[in-house]
Amino acid sequence: MNLLPWFQWCEESGLGRAVRESVWAFAVIESVHLLALATMGGAVLLVDLRMLNLGLRQRPVAELAGEARPFQNAALIVLVLSGIGLFASEATKCYYSVPFSVKIATLFVATTFTYTIRRRVASSPDSSDTTRMAVALVSVTLWFIVAAAGRWIGFSG
Amino acid sequence: MSLLPFCEWLAGTPGSIALHESLFMYPLIESVHVLTLCLFVGMTMMLDLRLTGLALRKVPVVDVVERLQPWMFLGFAVMVVSGVLLFYAIPIRSYQNIFFRTKCIFLVLAGVNALTFHTGVFRKISSWSRDAEPPARARFAGMASLFLWAVVIVTGRMIAYNWFDCDKPQPRWVQVATGCSSDAQQQ
Repeated sequence: MNLLPWFQWCEESGLGRAVRESVWAFAVIESVHLLALATMGGAVLLVDLRMLNLGLRQRPVAELAGEARPFQNAALIVLVLSGIGLFASEATKCYYSVPFSVKIATLFVATTFTYTIRRRVASSPDSSDTTRMAVALVSVTLWFIVAAAGRWIGFSG
Repeated sequence: MSLLPFCEWLAGTPGSIALHESLFMYPLIESVHVLTLCLFVGMTMMLDLRLTGLALRKVPVVDVVERLQPWMFLGFAVMVVSGVLLFYAIPIRSYQNIFFRTKCIFLVLAGVNALTFHTGVFRKISSWSRDAEPPARARFAGMASLFLWAVVIVTGRMIAYNWFDCDKPQPRWVQVATGCSSDAQQQ
């Protein structure tokens, strides 16, 4: 299955054109993307550090996970929406970009992992320290790859 | 006083030229700078949200400060080192960049805000550490921090854009704000 026509369609869509043809749009959307990145980082790290027995060790993991969740959800929504705008403006470039493929594939894995396994382990008082540490390490690694590959889209091509 | 001569000297040093011309070092350092946002601003934001009473309301403020501050400091150190290196690679253009200058001003403001908080209302932390809703001055410090760091992030990102660079005709106010003289424009 060749996805190139779909990527080209995105680039020629109203959204793609609007972002590409505006002087400010890409820069503004990217700034929003970065603000959400920082929020997402804070929400994810607060819980992952705790599961690694670092950070706010005095508090139960489940409590911190509950506190972080609204910010994590909001940040992820903003990241995806702003990301769609950035993507549409240069979709054909993204089609040929290895970092983009890596980012999207890892994003899919990281999101699934975060809202299934990580969520269950973080909210259960019975999770063992080892399980929590393993989950935190996987979470940090996955999100790191998503962010690093994302930054690299801009350096390639 | 102009720092331009210093920036011009810096730009001629071998290290600056090497970094500027490197294929991978510059993007790598920039990636480190951007990804550290998650640690530094992420943790700062969590403390700010606690100060404003928007999150972690059941966690004593003193715990949040003590347990998250080491991570904030670590993130800040990485930010400063990578940021200085990014400046070192492109000194003149950065110095004359309107967004870089705005970012520096807001960095100072964020520093003043943090200092005011720590030398002010934070000294009496034991009396309000457990309050779900901290005193007005602490809430203000949290709000101000959120706003100031957001501006730092946005202006930092904008440095990459050349809309107001000296190498093209600019309105008078931009020339003044960026320190571009008409001589600099001709170069």
